[in-house]
Amino acid sequence: MAKRTNKILLKGNEAVVYGALLAGCEAYFGYPITPASEIAHASAKLFPALGRTFIQAECEIASINMVYGAAAAGRRCMTASSGLGISLKQEGVSYIAGAELPCVIADIMRGGPGLGNIAPEQSDYNQVVKGGGHGGYKVIVLAPGSVQEMCELTMLAFDLADEYRMPVYVLTDGMIGQMMEKLELPEPRPRRAPQSWALNRVNETKNCVSSIYMEPKDLEELNIRLNKKYAEICAKEQRAELYKMDDAEYAFVAYGISSRMARTAADILRAEGIKIGMIRPQTLFPFPVNAMKQAADNGIKQFISVEMSNGMMIDDIRLAIECKVPVTLLNRMGGNVPSVEEIVKRAKEQIGGCTNV
Amino acid sequence: MSEIVKFSRPAGFFPKFERRPGPNKTNMHYCPGCGHGILHKLIAEAIADMGIKDRAVIVCPVGCSVFAYYYFDCHSVECAHGRAPAVATAFSRTDPENVVIGYQGDGDLASIGFNHILQAANRGENMVVFFVNNAIYGMTGGQMAPTTLVGQKTVTSPNGRTILDSGYPIKVAEMIAQFEAPVYVERCALSSVKNIMTARRAVRKAIQNTIDKKGFSFVEFLSGCPINLKMKAKEMNEFLDTKMSQYYPLGLKKDVSAEREAIVRAEPIYDADKVKELLFPVETERAVDDDFQYKSEVFDQERSVKICGFGGQGVLSLGHVIATVGKLRNFNVSWLPSYGPEMRGGTANCSIVFSRGPIGSPQADFNCSMMVCLNQPSVDKFLGQLAEGGVLIYDTSTITLPELSADKTVYGINAGEIAEQLGDLRVANSVILGLIARMMQDCFMNEDEKADVDCAMIESLKENYGKKPAVLELNIKAYNIGKTADIVCKGARVSK
Repeated sequence: MAKRTNKILLKGNEAVVYGALLAGCEAYFGYPITPASEIAHASAKLFPALGRTFIQAECEIASINMVYGAAAAGRRCMTASSGLGISLKQEGVSYIAGAELPCVIADIMRGGPGLGNIAPEQSDYNQVVKGGGHGGYKVIVLAPGSVQEMCELTMLAFDLADEYRMPVYVLTDGMIGQMMEKLELPEPRPRRAPQSWALNRVNETKNCVSSIYMEPKDLEELNIRLNKKYAEICAKEQRAELYKMDDAEYAFVAYGISSRMARTAADILRAEGIKIGMIRPQTLFPFPVNAMKQAADNGIKQFISVEMSNGMMIDDIRLAIECKVPVTLLNRMGGNVPSVEEIVKRAKEQIGGCTNV
Repeated sequence: MSEIVKFSRPAGFFPKFERRPGPNKTNMHYCPGCGHGILHKLIAEAIADMGIKDRAVIVCPVGCSVFAYYYFDCHSVECAHGRAPAVATAFSRTDPENVVIGYQGDGDLASIGFNHILQAANRGENMVVFFVNNAIYGMTGGQMAPTTLVGQKTVTSPNGRTILDSGYPIKVAEMIAQFEAPVYVERCALSSVKNIMTARRAVRKAIQNTIDKKGFSFVEFLSGCPINLKMKAKEMNEFLDTKMSQYYPLGLKKDVSAEREAIVRAEPIYDADKVKELLFPVETERAVDDDFQYKSEVFDQERSVKICGFGGQGVLSLGHVIATVGKLRNFNVSWLPSYGPEMRGGTANCSIVFSRGPIGSPQADFNCSMMVCLNQPSVDKFLGQLAEGGVLIYDTSTITLPELSADKTVYGINAGEIAEQLGDLRVANSVILGLIARMMQDCFMNEDEKADVDCAMIESLKENYGKKPAVLELNIKAYNIGKTADIVCKGARVSK
């Protein structure tokens, strides 16, 4: 057999599919949407090649409900979409959260509101991180900032989904989805053992999956249980990369493609004598509150939230540091990615003479 | 009608309805005279008699039968309003041995979730859907359904349904029957004993089709809702047997189950070696090992490359070949296609970044170490992004260069004309690749590393075009000409 290598050039979107298959994902259900479509393209090719399920659903709503069904059947399963497509899926996500089923949803964000455009934005933050559907539920949100992480965090997403029995998002922007990088593929995982709660023929018990609790007492109990789970997740699952934070006086906070721009901008600003680092959240729920707090306690004078939205993450930063330090917004909207030059220039303007925007 | 059936509590029901909250664990929640109880009984009986309790999955809707899972002694799932066919599809596809039984009412199936039932039917999913048509919304309190008859009064059609406002009632069974994929479609009525016996046979026939993996079976049941239709039990049955049956004719709409083959689906593969065989690429033969690094100081810092030209000039694929070189020589490397407004209007560009460490911005939008321009507009638009001491590579056949500052280095070649002579304009990008190799050897590489530049470029061409030998051969030819043809070269690095 020809010698194989785990080093490969892949688009971010394709890396999601590789990660899913390596994690033992059994089924993909999706509806085409730019800039997430490569996930469906690669899935259509690769899932059937391994005898696994791929369905191009009739709509976003069908695809999330197929995910609900496959998850209830105890299958590792996923879907992917963007912006408006995620809006359509929200009812289904609420059902999956309410029924405590594991699944993975990749959201490759595009410009909004409305039809918006197909350029990269980060404006699904609120509808994903805050739980865009009805009811008091949360989802774990992982935020890959590279093609390697698109693969690895997708694999992690399946594990977290199983561990906590809840939907886990892989949330990034169209540019991380479309760009190609070298990555090292992790080893494939064995098929996960069937869970006792699943509607699976191997289980002897007759199981029922539902999110209906007619008695307010029972529904309150569910909500209490869910929120206990969310508190546990906040305590155990915060992830963030700290870049040049050891001696930093200022900190960028950014995820996805803007974190890549901010990383280079930080290097340039440091070369000019401004001690700036970056906190890059890899989980948006749970938000890396501990890293933020610690940075504030260590004397960070100002946080700069570099975002491609109207400032959705900035509120979480302020809450995390309890507004003890000024937080400013360095953002672009409408599908514009802030360039390194622009970040450098605006950061300089904001540092010092800033007010808490 | 010779079969004698003794109705008793079917073994397909739980002995006690433990899933039902509250103290009442023995009775159903349905109103007196409701058809759901009858149909539940027919299904439960069939599940037990046919021996499929362990592999049946009941997919419950929203509506009065939302609580169907209280009763059936098998796996059950409760779905969002109208989405049962999508949920059922997943059960059927991910385990073909499941006997998937969808159960839906008229609002659920024919209104809010109509697309899903039509699409599942049209895909020919291996499942049965039992559709209860009682011409009214029961659970929400007697509103008009998509199947409410013309003239029928409901709380949202207080003066009777009009065609002008609400159109005609939808004949679902007939619609499903006209699709190619479904194997069996019938309409029954849960009214007289005779009709119920027919319904009983239809239930079994449809479930048998699913067990036999014949595909999509659909049975519509005209059913009573005496509470919301404000009728006594006897009037209810008369309504079903006259007005309803008149508009919704009973009987078989389609049955091709005998001539259809069983659906066969592939067994999923999880074997690690087979997964790797699919996902892990065959390694390109390389002249270097995994720990090889160029010593030339040019690579001591992150390097960004921008390639720009018209769409169709092979801009993106040249970028891909260069990125592959980076991968083959153990760099971290990113490749970013032009993304945004500039991808409209026929221009294309891409950025490649090489680095020994983690890559920051993947966009070569300023401080470009090397820029490749294949058309005049690219020069005009992007030249300002070339870093101090940067290198410009350009196609002399189409571009007139402006005056450049002394720190820059310029390499030009008549790539368009060379490619044309080779008979394929698309290989102009490999001519350019040859020029880049030459420039790297001339200006940046240590003496003992010059030969490897060639090696790496050829390896990359093989990795990118190796699947099409003729294409590979032509590109290597173009590359070699790019390395030897007459060129323009001037500027800082050259004069050194």
